[in-house]
Amino acid sequence: MHRFAKPSVFLKFTAPILPWLSVLTAILIAAGLYFSLIGSPVDYQQGHTVRIMYIHVPAAWMGLFCYVGMAICGAMSLIWKHPLADICARATAPVGATFTALCLITGSLWGEPMWGTWWVWDARLTSMLILLFLYLGYMALVNAFDDPERGSKAGSALALVGAVNVPIVKFSVDWWNTLHQPASIVRMDGPAVDPSMQLPLALMILGFTCYYFVLLILRVRLELNERRIRALHLSGMFDETATPAAAKDKAYEAGHNAEAKQ
Amino acid sequence: MNGFLAILRRDLSLALRQGADSVMVVAFFIVTTTLFPFGVGPEVNILARIASGVIWVSALLAAMLSLERVFQADYEDGSLELLTLSPVSLELLILGKVLAHWLTTGLPLIIAAPLMAVMLNMDQNGFAILMIAMLLGTPALSLIGAIGAALILGARRGGVLVSLLVLPLYIPVLIFGAGAVEAALLGISATAQLQIMAAILLLTLAAAPFATAHAVRQAME
Repeated sequence: MHRFAKPSVFLKFTAPILPWLSVLTAILIAAGLYFSLIGSPVDYQQGHTVRIMYIHVPAAWMGLFCYVGMAICGAMSLIWKHPLADICARATAPVGATFTALCLITGSLWGEPMWGTWWVWDARLTSMLILLFLYLGYMALVNAFDDPERGSKAGSALALVGAVNVPIVKFSVDWWNTLHQPASIVRMDGPAVDPSMQLPLALMILGFTCYYFVLLILRVRLELNERRIRALHLSGMFDETATPAAAKDKAYEAGHNAEAKQ
Repeated sequence: MNGFLAILRRDLSLALRQGADSVMVVAFFIVTTTLFPFGVGPEVNILARIASGVIWVSALLAAMLSLERVFQADYEDGSLELLTLSPVSLELLILGKVLAHWLTTGLPLIIAAPLMAVMLNMDQNGFAILMIAMLLGTPALSLIGAIGAALILGARRGGVLVSLLVLPLYIPVLIFGAGAVEAALLGISATAQLQIMAAILLLTLAAAPFATAHAVRQAME
């Protein structure tokens, strides 16, 4: 684990994985979309509306998954001062927040035809909304300091404190008997979803998870490269006038001046 | 233990000498509560129905607004740094500071709450439970809030940030606090809600000082 803490090792290690993972993601999501939109039966009660589930459930799963990932990264950065764990936690937050928002939006679109309302103050919906607030709070906190190091540390502590919400989201439907249906996939006595619907659901969940890892690798690489560029700038390796764009600007300016003189 | 008492005495005397802080928290609580009858109309039935929730939400906001006081002044004048360096465990000192914060904000709120309950026409059955629930809930608010107050030390726009960090974590206290009063008003036993609130208080009492101390140490690095 610690071997990958070195940014250069991470860059080298992930470079060959990234294209394969991207292709796998594309295949999984394409197959998942085919089966969820065309290749699966309509629900006998809900009709075509049931197809919202194939986005809604994976998005909800990813919202929780990203938060757990963020909290683990936060713990790792606090315990071992892992430089990559910090970057991973920072990179995960916006992705997780987007998935959570997607889950809430699709849930609302699904709730309108099914429950007859866009929003209810149901335990699961409310705890999911709190999860979104926790993501937003994390992002605001991380970016509120002049010293990014300090921001990451404060964020890690907040991510860990906020992790109490994750079991509340997961078990809210069992603890409070409310409008949202109880768990139907991960259960002691096997899934309660029809096998014809399990396949697209599983494909979409896998596809979303792979998509997250693609984004994570991309964002971490971006951050590492940005840091590298910043370090190069600071060390004076880049002379501002030496870059092609700057040279072009200079040439243009010179030409302009010459024209003005005439 | 001496350190705990010393910091408690220091924070209390600082708060009492400035005086205005505690009064301001209660004034904010009363003004916020007074806004609701203007917003939803003066109908007695509606006000009686929403009274417990309104009082809890106002108390939550009042407790949150006073959070900055816990560490900010000490952080700015450097005494927080000395506290982290002292041989007394920082967790204990923080517990003392939180207790001082609760005594100067939570306790006045509990005393002011029945007054607002009368003004909002809440049924008298709920008064005792409201006060017990606040007695269990407001210390938890101070403890959770201290984590947020410590995390934002040195941040830009800390005041706004702390609300985004702390309010989501306050929600369980709000749910069960308002639920306890609701149950009492309906004539059902509120024991279950009060027990959960006691559990929340014990959990935060055990965990929050450590999280806060960690955040304070980070701010000092």
